[in-house]
Amino acid sequence: MQELTLETLIAVFEEIFGRGLFWIMVAGAAVVTLAYFYVLIRDRSMSMRKFFLAQLSMPFGAIAAVLIVQKMTRSGFSDIGGPIDMIVLLAIAAVGAIGLAVLVYTAQSLIRSRS
Amino acid sequence: MSSADFNTSRRMFLTLAAGGIAAGVAGPPVRAAPVKTSARVVVIGAGAAGTSLVNRLVGRLDGAAITILDASTTHLYQPGLSLVAAGLKPASYTQSRTSDWLPGGITHIGEAAAEIDPVARTVTTSGGQRVGYDFLVVAPGLVLDHEAIEGFSLDLVGSNGIGALYAGPDYAARTWVAASKYTEEGGIGLFTRPATEMKCAGAPLKHTFLIDDIARRANKAGKTEIIYASNNDSLFGVPIVSEKVRMLFGDRGIRPAYSHVLKSIEPGRRIAKFATPGGDTEMGYDYLHVIPPQRAPEVIRQSGLSWADKWTDQGWVEVDKHTLRHPRHPEIFALGDVAGVPKGKTAASVKWQVPVVEDHLVAAIEGREGTAVYNGYTSCPLITRVGRAMLVEFDYNNDLTPSFPGIIAPLEELWISWLMKEVALKATYNAMLRGKA
Repeated sequence: MQELTLETLIAVFEEIFGRGLFWIMVAGAAVVTLAYFYVLIRDRSMSMRKFFLAQLSMPFGAIAAVLIVQKMTRSGFSDIGGPIDMIVLLAIAAVGAIGLAVLVYTAQSLIRSRS
Repeated sequence: MSSADFNTSRRMFLTLAAGGIAAGVAGPPVRAAPVKTSARVVVIGAGAAGTSLVNRLVGRLDGAAITILDASTTHLYQPGLSLVAAGLKPASYTQSRTSDWLPGGITHIGEAAAEIDPVARTVTTSGGQRVGYDFLVVAPGLVLDHEAIEGFSLDLVGSNGIGALYAGPDYAARTWVAASKYTEEGGIGLFTRPATEMKCAGAPLKHTFLIDDIARRANKAGKTEIIYASNNDSLFGVPIVSEKVRMLFGDRGIRPAYSHVLKSIEPGRRIAKFATPGGDTEMGYDYLHVIPPQRAPEVIRQSGLSWADKWTDQGWVEVDKHTLRHPRHPEIFALGDVAGVPKGKTAASVKWQVPVVEDHLVAAIEGREGTAVYNGYTSCPLITRVGRAMLVEFDYNNDLTPSFPGIIAPLEELWISWLMKEVALKATYNAMLRGKA
């Protein structure tokens, strides 16, 4: 890469998803994140029960993220060719796991009243 | 861990939110103020290079009369053609409208350049319009000389076991019709490349690897015999990459035929004739991939801008290889495929070349010398099978110039390199067209 600035990165992501979808996704992620912080502050603590359920959802998020990326890119586990591929695979899984966990925790907190 | 560890506060929340907003509005680095000028800048060709350049120039120049000439209403994303020819993308993946990428405030003439007069500093269009210039950027691309292959015509592509993916999106799609039939039926597959300079010297290899892989997945590997006819005694212009490809070919059972340049074909008998150092030789085929010799467009070759002592049969524009500027006509630059430089007929080269020409052009308008240097950088996500590629990057010296040293190994077949080609490459290309990458 010649100059990898934030502007370039945003331009590339806009092209990958389309400008509209990209910013909708960014907004969606921001809303979930803000909602997560909102429930943390509202409840003044993390509920271990909700956190436990959120943790249980993590493997599903991890597996789903990996399978979606593989399906989108016509590739599979046999294409892993080196350490960086393993790291990318684990990173995708981690993003899926954390994303779903935050979503599950926030959804529980918003649906049920504070416990 | 106690629940107190997770305690949060409103202040923390506000700090985080404020930080996020600040990061969002920080924006791009500050650019120099546009240069006021009334210079007339003419760009021949609205392909990857011409389009990217005008999108950058409109931000750098205030008041310049920028004109871009191109007869084609369709913009081609050419790096996608090898995916189309392997059935991985539809032809439409590579097509968009030329005018959709061009900025406002410039003149777009939908005609080709028919004549360039570097002395009178005018370009005459195919419609007879005469356009004067103070600075000229020549970026019309190149022409595929299919007629140089005796017995070949584009009508044959898609049937008769013949493919020719360079010829455009529809021909790339028809190439896949012929190639997919081959992957099912097997036989001898002949993959060729011309002896001239060419667009993306990795593409002939990608097509070979992909068709081999697809045949292998269809369990037809035992029925296919794949031969790669190279134009000289190597498989790629960069020696270390050539060696790696030789090893991969060995692994896949692809047989190299060195110094075999396709000369003519007999489609009825399915015979290809090759020129070799030991005289002409014939080979039978069930699938033949044709890449014809490549040359500068006629308008360039007639203009007197070509090298007089290099590539005389091809006519590439004479330029300094580091500044892309014509030595005898310093107000003329060449970009992309037509530029007479040793490497660099790829979109990645264009990405590196455009800021160099932009720098020297704007500097010339300001009456000073530019400083940017093009080092011959080019890159090729060399697909070695569906799902894996090698991210090969190199420069004029045949040095490997990895963008991510120690992270993405250049000569390793990796999934991440495939992901880049699949997901990020077209996006980066489009961002480049808009002048943003």
